[in-house]
Amino acid sequence: MSMRSIPVRELILGGAILVLLALIAGRFPDFVAPGNLANVFNDTAPLIILALGQMVVIMTRCIDLSVAANLALTGMVVAMLNVAVPWLPIPVILAIAVLLGALMGAVNGLLVWKLAIPPIVVTLGTMTIFRGIIFLISDGKWVNSHEMSPAFTGFPRAEIFGLPVLSWTAIAAILVFAVMMARTPLGRSFFAVGGNPHAAVYTGIDVGKTQFLAFVLSGALAGLTGYLWVARYAVAYVDIAGGFELEVVAACVIGGISIAGGVGSVAGAVLGAIFLGVVKNALPVVNISPFWQLAISGSAILIAVAFNARAGRAKGRIILKSAEATS
Amino acid sequence: MTDTPLPATGRHVPDRLNSRAHRVLRSWEALLLTVAIAIFIANSLASPYFLDAWNLSDATFNFTEKAMIAFAMALLIISGEIDLSVASIIALASTMMGLAAQYGAGTIELVAIGLVVGLLCGAFNAVFVTVLGLPSIVVTIGTMSLFRGVSYIILGDEAFRGYPDSFSWFGQGYVYWVFTVEMVLFALIAVIYGVVLHKTNFGRAVYAIGNNPTGALFSGIRVQRVKFILFLLTGLMSGVAAVCLTSRLGSTRPSIASGMELEVVTMVVLGGVNILGGSGSIPGVVIAAFVMGLVTFGLGLLNVPGIVMSIVIGLLLIGVIALPRLAAMALNRRKAS
Repeated sequence: MSMRSIPVRELILGGAILVLLALIAGRFPDFVAPGNLANVFNDTAPLIILALGQMVVIMTRCIDLSVAANLALTGMVVAMLNVAVPWLPIPVILAIAVLLGALMGAVNGLLVWKLAIPPIVVTLGTMTIFRGIIFLISDGKWVNSHEMSPAFTGFPRAEIFGLPVLSWTAIAAILVFAVMMARTPLGRSFFAVGGNPHAAVYTGIDVGKTQFLAFVLSGALAGLTGYLWVARYAVAYVDIAGGFELEVVAACVIGGISIAGGVGSVAGAVLGAIFLGVVKNALPVVNISPFWQLAISGSAILIAVAFNARAGRAKGRIILKSAEATS
Repeated sequence: MTDTPLPATGRHVPDRLNSRAHRVLRSWEALLLTVAIAIFIANSLASPYFLDAWNLSDATFNFTEKAMIAFAMALLIISGEIDLSVASIIALASTMMGLAAQYGAGTIELVAIGLVVGLLCGAFNAVFVTVLGLPSIVVTIGTMSLFRGVSYIILGDEAFRGYPDSFSWFGQGYVYWVFTVEMVLFALIAVIYGVVLHKTNFGRAVYAIGNNPTGALFSGIRVQRVKFILFLLTGLMSGVAAVCLTSRLGSTRPSIASGMELEVVTMVVLGGVNILGGSGSIPGVVIAAFVMGLVTFGLGLLNVPGIVMSIVIGLLLIGVIALPRLAAMALNRRKAS
């Protein structure tokens, strides 16, 4: 039943982004120049990557509020590692970042799976614990650009076919997730667990384990983004990406991923992230103070969740009526 | 809790009234009280500055404002909802008070503005949750950004100062000897919420809704109206906390009280309120407030930085839920073998 409604929702969101771009282009044509749009995409890449991870978590009826703290902790660890062992090759750094992030995701996942603690409580807790650990290992100090090796900071900015590696990473993540969600048993089980956990159990899916894997995925992507973030901005400190978890959740909610689980799509998450990215990058161009950003993403969450819930409820009523008619 | 239920499978409503969990919860307050006394003794041994009436009086500021919100939040969580926007409500209420103070508003007007903004924010959340029927977690994550976002729009990177002198009474005044105004407010609010939750029909309705919303509806409880009132109360209490905090700090920045929602939820859960709704008590929250206050104060005396304290808070939040479950699992395993 949701097969038909999902593309419509994405079309509306895609249309909204185009209208937004057209409005900005009307007064500031430079904003929609291909070069600038590529910059906007590159700037939004971390949000896209994290939104994909958050998408599978939300789809299994959980939520991961610790992604930004995970990102910051992984970023700090690889930055300090780079300072201590500057000759460490980038692939090793990448592997460490992904594994460390996945490990933190696994902590969340295990607490949710084995102890049945509500995900919101687990990740609110680990969010502050991860941030605290950054302070403990860094002693509250910054790791600055001159301490990092050129290879370390250069990697996300290196250009391949005119696009930076950071953008390519986001594109790769989108492709991997699109295939995984549509073509693999794991991807389908995310839908099944969120759509109807009891039915999922009867089809042989371990609900807790699937939720665990969703958290591990989300954590691994947060870890990966942690390195890219720290290398791109060439600085690591306790508060980097502070409050970014809300933006990630906002991207998912705007993208039509139902917080009740089971409904969502890769395209939705990506479009949700791009919508926020366009707004964020357009604010300084159209001369609105960046302090508006927080309120705008808050309003976008509320509008999106109200809109999606209305669409969902109307469908429910029709089903009920037809069921009454047949009985 | 005796079997391991599927996590977060939505409307999983266990019958708590005759389960073992209920009996464990009954003794939860006793356990918590023992912990509080142990921390008190440990603190007085660890630092010679701990057992001083004025130091202890200062220490209460660590928890009085959070606890005011925690009482209302306890009722909200017992009813099966949550409000993550409380800290942002404080920011918005404080910003509005600061704005009014710039135009020369007096103390009475400032307090009224703080409370009304709190109420309006609560009503805003309530409309989305009860009238539109949206999940409170998403709604309050949204309003968490929105309310604080409005503060940022108004203030940017500036700060409001220049509150009238008499306004400082709420956060800095003393009623008698070492007893602060905030302590008296805390005690008063605790008693009111204790009576409301444990001695009135309204309180029984809150438990009923948390245990079985459908059952509550069919027994004649206006579920949505009760929830609406609970969101209003949480907003109002955030307004009260905003008055106290603003008056204590004497200035308003948009980042005021950031992260406080976490500490409030931790306090409620530490107090033995079931995060899935249906059970919990006000005395439990009162003791939890003291435990958290004592821990923060004790660590502060030992020169532990604030961010490390937040690790302790995070561990407390997960630990208090995880430990009883681990114990129950171990108990079950022993029984089975």
